[in-house]
This record gives sequence, C-alpha cells and structure tokens, in this order.
Amino acid sequence: MSDAATLAPPSAAQVPDKRLTPALLYLDDVQVTFDGYRALRGLSLTLDKGEMRAIIGPNGAGKTTMMDCITGKTRPDLGRVVFDGTIDLTKLDEPAIADLGIGRKFQKPTVFESHTVADNILLALKGPRAAFQSLFGWRNRVAAERIDALLTKVGLIAHRERPAADLSHGQKQWLEIGMLLAQDPKLLLVDEPVAGMTDAETAATATLLREIARDHAVVVIEHDMHFVRALDCRVTCLHEGAVLAEGSIDAVSADPRVVEVYLGR
Amino acid sequence: MSPARTPLIDLKGLIFLGLLAAACLVVPLLNLMVPEGSPLHMPTYLVSLFGKYLSFALLAVSLDLVWGYCGILSLGHGAFFGLGGYAMGMYLMRQIGPRGVYGNPVLPDFMVFLNYKELPWYWLGFDMFPFAALMVLAVPGLLGFVFGWLAFRSRVTGVYLSIITQALTYALMLAFFRNDMGLGGNNGLTDFKDLLGLSVQAQGVRVALFVATAIALALGYLIARVMTVSAYGKILIAVRDAEPRTRFLGYRPEHFKTLAFTVSAMMAGVAGALYVPQVGIINPSEFAPTNSIEAVIWVAVGGRGTLVGAALGAIIVNYAKTILTGALPDAWLFGLGALFVLVTLFLPKGIVGTLMQRYGSRRAAAKLPPEPELAPKLVEEGRGS
Repeated sequence: MSDAATLAPPSAAQVPDKRLTPALLYLDDVQVTFDGYRALRGLSLTLDKGEMRAIIGPNGAGKTTMMDCITGKTRPDLGRVVFDGTIDLTKLDEPAIADLGIGRKFQKPTVFESHTVADNILLALKGPRAAFQSLFGWRNRVAAERIDALLTKVGLIAHRERPAADLSHGQKQWLEIGMLLAQDPKLLLVDEPVAGMTDAETAATATLLREIARDHAVVVIEHDMHFVRALDCRVTCLHEGAVLAEGSIDAVSADPRVVEVYLGR
Repeated sequence: MSPARTPLIDLKGLIFLGLLAAACLVVPLLNLMVPEGSPLHMPTYLVSLFGKYLSFALLAVSLDLVWGYCGILSLGHGAFFGLGGYAMGMYLMRQIGPRGVYGNPVLPDFMVFLNYKELPWYWLGFDMFPFAALMVLAVPGLLGFVFGWLAFRSRVTGVYLSIITQALTYALMLAFFRNDMGLGGNNGLTDFKDLLGLSVQAQGVRVALFVATAIALALGYLIARVMTVSAYGKILIAVRDAEPRTRFLGYRPEHFKTLAFTVSAMMAGVAGALYVPQVGIINPSEFAPTNSIEAVIWVAVGGRGTLVGAALGAIIVNYAKTILTGALPDAWLFGLGALFVLVTLFLPKGIVGTLMQRYGSRRAAAKLPPEPELAPKLVEEGRGS
C-alpha cells in the first residue's frame, strides 16, 4: 500500500514565483460555474496570518462555494487560491489541503454519530493520517488528558462517553469546533456556527471563537448580525459571487449597497 | 488510560472463541474416540459438513469486515472464495499424479481429454503446497487490492459498487466455465486424492481439516477484531458513516477501504481453500452471483458489524439449508427469501446485534449524565462577555 507515499508533497503544487503574497490566504479572481449558474464571479479576498474574518451576505452570495474552493471540494474554473504565499490549493484534493493545516466546520454539523464524543476528538487530533499508522500507531495510545482538555474547552467533558448522535444540535456544533481545535490547523473555516443555538449559546460560541482567534486564523460565515458584532473583527459582505463591501462591522452595515441587498431597510 | 478503549476480546468474542475451542476438542473425540456403533459417535460426513459451515463462517466474517465496518456491500465475495478454492484445487489436482483415469503423470485428466500437450504456465508450482498456500492468499488479495484501489479511488460507493462487485464474480464465472481457461471448464476440479501426502478421504484428515478450519476462523476473527478495535477501525467506521467528512479531516478513505477490502479478500480466499478439500470439488458455480448474495444474507441474519454474528449467521442459515433441502428440496430459495424479509423487518440488527442492543443499552443508560444539559461553563462565560 502506498498510503503516505502517494500523498502529493506540497512542493508539487507550488506556484513558481515564490511568496506571491505575505497573506495566509489569497483568493484571486476566483470563478465557479455550476450548470451555467455563476456561483462565484471573480471573487478576490485576502486574509492575513492570525486574522479573524466574518463573511456575511444573502443566500446564494457564494459563501459556502468559497469554502468549497478553499478546501478542495470544488475546483474553480478560473482564478487562484493561494495558501501561505506559495501553495496553490486549486491543484490539491481535500485530504492534502486538510494536511496543510486548513480545517473546516460545516454548515450542518457533521460529526461521526456512532462514535463517542471522545472518539470524535481522537480521530481529529493532529498527526499522521496513514492507514497502516492507525492500526498500531500513536493514535491508539493517545493520553486521555489531551482529549479531556479539548472537551473541557468546548464544554462537553460531561458527555465524553456518549455517542455523538445523542448530542443536541448546539452540542454537535461545539463538538465540531472541538474537532477543529484538535486538528490544530493554521486556518479554520467555520460555516454558520451558531445556527440553531439559543442566545446564551451564541454568546458562548462568540467567546470561544475569539479565544481560538488569538492563535489561529479564522474565517466565519454567519447570518446572525449580533453574533458577527460580538466577534469584533473585519467583515466582508459577498453578493452574487463577488465582494460587495469590506471593513469594520459599522462601516459595512452602514454601506448603502449592503443595506440594499442584505440587511434590508 | 486511553479513552474508551474497546477490549480486544469482549464477552461475545470470548463465548465465540470458547465454543470454537470446545468444537476442536469434542468433534475429534466423538468421531475418532467413540466407537462407530455408539449413539454418541459422530460420522465422518458430519465432521466435514460442520467443517464446511465453518469455512462459510470465515467467508461471512471477511464480508462483515468490509460491509459491517466500512459500508462496502460486496455482492461478489464469492469471487475471492472461489479463487482461493481454485488455488487449493489446483494443488490437489497436481497431487493426483499418475493415478488419474488416463494415467498421465503430469497432466490432470481433463487436460488429457482436451488434448493439452503440456501444463499451462499458470499451473506451474502448484505441485508444491507452500506455493499453493501462498497463491490462496495472493490471488484473491491481489484482485481485491486492484479492484478496490480502482473503485475506491474513483469514489465509487453504494449501490454502484455493489453492482460492479456482482459483475466481477459473474465475469469470473463465465471465464471459468470456458474449457480453454485450462481449469476444468464447467466440471471444475475434482477426484482429489492426497493432501500433504495423506488421503483426503481418510477419517483423520477429515478431522484435521475441520480443526484447521476452526483455527482459521478463530484467527480470521482475531485479525478482523484487531483491525476494528484499533484507531484504524474507528476511522473505518467514520468512513462508513460520513466518508466526505473524513477527507476534510485529512484522511484518505480510499486507502482505508482498500486495506480492509484486501485483507477481507485474502480471508475469503482462505475460506475457499479450506472448503474445497472438505466438499471434494470446486467448479465455476462457486462464482455464481447467488452464492455471494447468500453470504450477505448470512451476515444480515447474524448481525452486521458484530463479526461473531456473521459467523453465527453463516452456521445457522447453512444448517437450516441442509435440513430444508433434505426435507423439501424446492422450498429452500423461498425459505431463504422469507428469512431475509423477516430479518430485515423484525431484526434489522440481526441476532447478535439485537442481543447487544438489549444488553448494551441498559448498561449505557446507567452511565449517562442525568439529562443533556448544555455546557454550563461555556454558557456562563458567554453571558459574562
């Protein structure tokens, strides 16, 4: 078996001119078309190292498609997605991109339902991912404290031995954030983390994300404007597959075009 | 202490291995030690019949490894079983030597009959048991690896994968039916004489084959168990339940599935190799799609994703088949169909799965926190900010 061997080294996808940009993530004129529908129409965006960014915009603005392009789920027709200044993500597949240090939380919480909460974290922990490695390798000897520390952080320590399927919607969201933390990625992509949460849970999640943003770059897609305000970061508003406005939450929400297409009068 | 480590041998595994060990003692005892006139004597044909059930049980365990834990519903596992059987059959044919009807020292009877002048190249080496034993593992393993790698890399899953596994075994059946395959055409390979220098008909050899099959089943179970309780097995289950999600965690599901599929194919090959000397024949009907589908029913009846259940299901269904085909030869297929429908409706988790659920849910309920409260610490922090 060629598990680790066939994993394309990142160098294979390096952009010829070194360090195109000092930014951690650089989307350059990205275009995606599905069956004639233009989901992204020349989206350009820059994210600095350690930055937290909120992405807002109406349904169909291309927010999730953008995440699909960054994580290798969708290949853009045109344009570049450059990570860490040198690596063209459009040439890599999902596992290779995850391996570079890009983690993703899905809009609909996706955890491994038949596994316990602790096992969900165990499988996400950063480390070699090869099949043979997992048979007898270190992942079979992970200290419980490592998992417990993460579960304490996301407030699920009391539920560590329960099947993830038994968790409430909000708890699943937190478990998925815990899995992201276990991956310890350089960049976290978080799609609608507070959908279906109570106000108290939403506020708790904002606190958690701000804490995570202290040592990770984070991109959050969210509709809840109170939550976005609580994140206290730069905001990008997408519309029809391109950037409509960017800046502080106050500047963006005062922008007449944003009010027109998204916030409503 | 690691979190929630599953023990390698749990209660059901202990019972299963204990029963196999007991069978290895009792069956030889009743056959070899109890005199023939005694009501307790076990006739040799029964020893081989039970040996056949155990080889089917090993096939079922191999199928459960990929279906129960990885969600690969293979409707073609009979292909690997048949290939292992043919590898063993070729060895047994070469052991006949000049004792065939035509008395040719090298060529098996069917080749003399078909005017073969010399042994085809792929028969070379099969006169040596170690080589044949290697082929029992290598041929199904290689086919499983290549087939699995191509299918899983192209992300073929679900019903499409099931259909191509079915096509695989059907294609092999058609190929092996042809006389110019050099493998005996539709008559297959039979009239075996010796195994490792001993007559395959001898009572002692029959008992030894039974014991060997029981040991192979125990080993196959343990290998599958080692795989499924490790982190590898947890990832396999994760792939079964949410394959795309594992990719975003950085896993390559095709590697995990190909490894399981290859090991499973080799296990099925061993099952076939142990089956052939006990029934005395291997022919292309072993590749028939219905055989592979029957194996799926054994696993469903016993309980998929339990390993022990798969083995149990194989033994129960085949015992029922022996009884029913003896009493009402035409009724078997109806019986099998009815069994499948009934199990699907009333025992969707199979026999062992249902027992585990009854026993396990009470235990799990005791461990749970009183009610699903929402992380109080986090909520407080959120309020405070």
